[in-house]
Amino acid sequence: MDKVLEVRNLSKIYGKGCSSCFELTGSEFNTNICPQCGSIIAAHDVSFDLYKGEILGIMGESGSGKSTAVKCLYFDQAPSSGNAIFFDEGKKYDLFELNAAQQRGLANQRFGMVYQNPHLGLNFDISAGGNIAERLLMSEVKNYSDIRSRARKLLMRTEVQTERMDELPKNFSGGMQQRVQIAKALATNPSLLFLDEVTTGLDLSVQAAILDLILEIQQQQKTSMIVVTHDLGVIRLLAGRTLVMKYGRVIESGLTDQILEDPQQAYTQRLVASAL
Amino acid sequence: MSVSTHFGFLDEYAKKEIRRTALKAVAIPGYQVPYSSREMPMGRGFGTGGLQLTLSLLGKGETLKVIDQGSDDSVNAVNLRSFIEMTCPGVDTTTRTDEADVIQSRHRIPEKDLREDQLLVLQVPYPDPLIIVEASENKRKVLHGEADYSRLLVKLYEDIVKFDEITISHRYPTRINDHYVIDPSPIPRWDVPKLHQSPALVLLGAGREKKIYAVPPYTKAEPLAFEDVPFRVEDFTGKNGKRRSCQRCGCTTSFLDEFSESKYGKKIYQCSDTDWCNEQMTKVSVLSDMENISGNIEAVEVISG
Repeated sequence: MDKVLEVRNLSKIYGKGCSSCFELTGSEFNTNICPQCGSIIAAHDVSFDLYKGEILGIMGESGSGKSTAVKCLYFDQAPSSGNAIFFDEGKKYDLFELNAAQQRGLANQRFGMVYQNPHLGLNFDISAGGNIAERLLMSEVKNYSDIRSRARKLLMRTEVQTERMDELPKNFSGGMQQRVQIAKALATNPSLLFLDEVTTGLDLSVQAAILDLILEIQQQQKTSMIVVTHDLGVIRLLAGRTLVMKYGRVIESGLTDQILEDPQQAYTQRLVASAL
Repeated sequence: MSVSTHFGFLDEYAKKEIRRTALKAVAIPGYQVPYSSREMPMGRGFGTGGLQLTLSLLGKGETLKVIDQGSDDSVNAVNLRSFIEMTCPGVDTTTRTDEADVIQSRHRIPEKDLREDQLLVLQVPYPDPLIIVEASENKRKVLHGEADYSRLLVKLYEDIVKFDEITISHRYPTRINDHYVIDPSPIPRWDVPKLHQSPALVLLGAGREKKIYAVPPYTKAEPLAFEDVPFRVEDFTGKNGKRRSCQRCGCTTSFLDEFSESKYGKKIYQCSDTDWCNEQMTKVSVLSDMENISGNIEAVEVISG
C-alpha cells in the first residue's frame, strides 16, 4: 500500500517550555501543564503513518491534543518539534521544512480541511459558490464558466441544492453549511482530507447523511482522511485504524475494532465503557 | 504673498527620500513602497501624495500640467497649480498635455498618448486593492508577496453572479508585470488600458496612506478578469445604437462626462479631458477654415476656368 503521510514525534508546546516539560506531564501525572514552567503540552511525540484511501481516527476527550495535531499538519499552527513527510504523485514533501508560500500552496492544492465550526472553513460574506470558487481561483483556474460548472458539480456531489449556490452560507442550515464546507475542501481533488469534529452539533439524521457522504468520497476517490472526533460512533463507522490521545500523548493505537472491543489502557476502557 | 523661499516647499532631505522611494517603486513595478509622507499645507486626502512626488521631481525650466478629473480648472487642480507656482519659481505651468514634462492628475489619465519624456503623477486615496478583502496590513503584505489575489477574483466572481458583469467602475485592480496587483487610483476603466506598455512613467502617490508605487514605462499592466469574461471599458453607445459624441467638439473617441442640461434636464455628453476637447475644437475649426478656403479656391478656379 502507498504511504501518504508519515508523522514522527510531533510535539506542540504553548508557552516557553523547559527541559522537564515532557517528563512531568502525561497520563502518569494526570496533567498536560508542566509544573516547572507552566507551559501547556498540547501534543507530544505523536507518530503515525497514513496510507492511501485509509481513514485514520484520532479520538480523545476535549483538550487531549487531537485537533492540535491536525492543525499542525494543515499548517494552521507551527509545531514545536517533530517532522511529517507527505508523499504525493511520486514526490516527497517534508511538511515543516517548507516555506510559508509552499505550505499554503500544498494546503490549498493537495489538502482539504473541514472544521467543526463552518465559520472557520467558510467565508460567510460570500456565496456558497464563491467559497468554492476561492479555492479554485487559488489554484490558477481562471475561467468563469469552468468555475461555475465545477462548483455546481461539487455542490451536487455533496447534496446541496444547486439552485442555492449563489446564496450566502448564513442562510443555510448547519448540516448544509457542513456540506458546503466539504464541497469546498474537495474542490481541488485533494489527496488528504482532515475532518475535525465534522458531525458534532448536528442532529442524528444529518450526521448519518454526512458520514455516508464521507465514506462515499473515500471509496470513490480513494482520498486518505484523518478524522478527529470524540464520538465513538463516528470512529466505529469511519476509521479503519484509531489513535487514542490523552494529555497530548497517544496512549493507544491500532485497528478500530480491536480498540473498541478490547481496549488495553484503563482510560480507553473507561471511554469505551461509558459510550457503548 | 511671500511664502517659504525653499524651492519646492519640501526640504532637500524630504525630496531625496521621496526620489529614492520612487526609484525603488520603479525597480519593483507595482509594489507599494512606504515612505514618510510629510505634512503639507493642505488636508491629507486632497492629493498630498501626488503633490509631494511632483514637488520632489520638478526642476527649474520644466513645465507642469495639473488636472482634476480631466479638467485644468477644477478646484483641486487650480489650488495645487497655484501652490506649485508659488513654491517652485522657474517652473512653467500649462494646460496643454503635449507641452507638459510632468502631469499631476486626479482620477484621469489624459486622452492624448503620453510620450517617453513625460511623467504622469497620479493622486491615490487608497493604495491597496486588497483592503476590501483583508483588513490586516500584515496579512495583505503576505498576500501581495505570494501574489495571492484569489480573494479579489472571488469579488469579481460574485459580481458576475449577481449582475452578469464586473461592476467596478473605477479603481480597477490591475496586475503589473505579472506580479503585484495595484489600485490604479480612481481612474475610470477607460484609462486602465493606457497603463499597459505606457511610454511614460506613471508614479502613484498616496499621502495619507504613505505609499508610493509605479508603473514603469513599457510594463505589462493587466486588469484582473476571467478568461471568458474579459475586462471591458465604458460603453458610450447611445439609444440609437451610435456612439455618443461630445456635444462641444463632436469627438467620438474620448471618455465622456454626462451632464443634465439646465433648461430641460436633457442628458448631454462632453469630453472629460478639457484640453483634448479644446484641441479637437481647434482642429475642427482649422479644418472647416481649410474647407472654406479650398472651397473658395475651387470657386475661383471654376470662375477663372
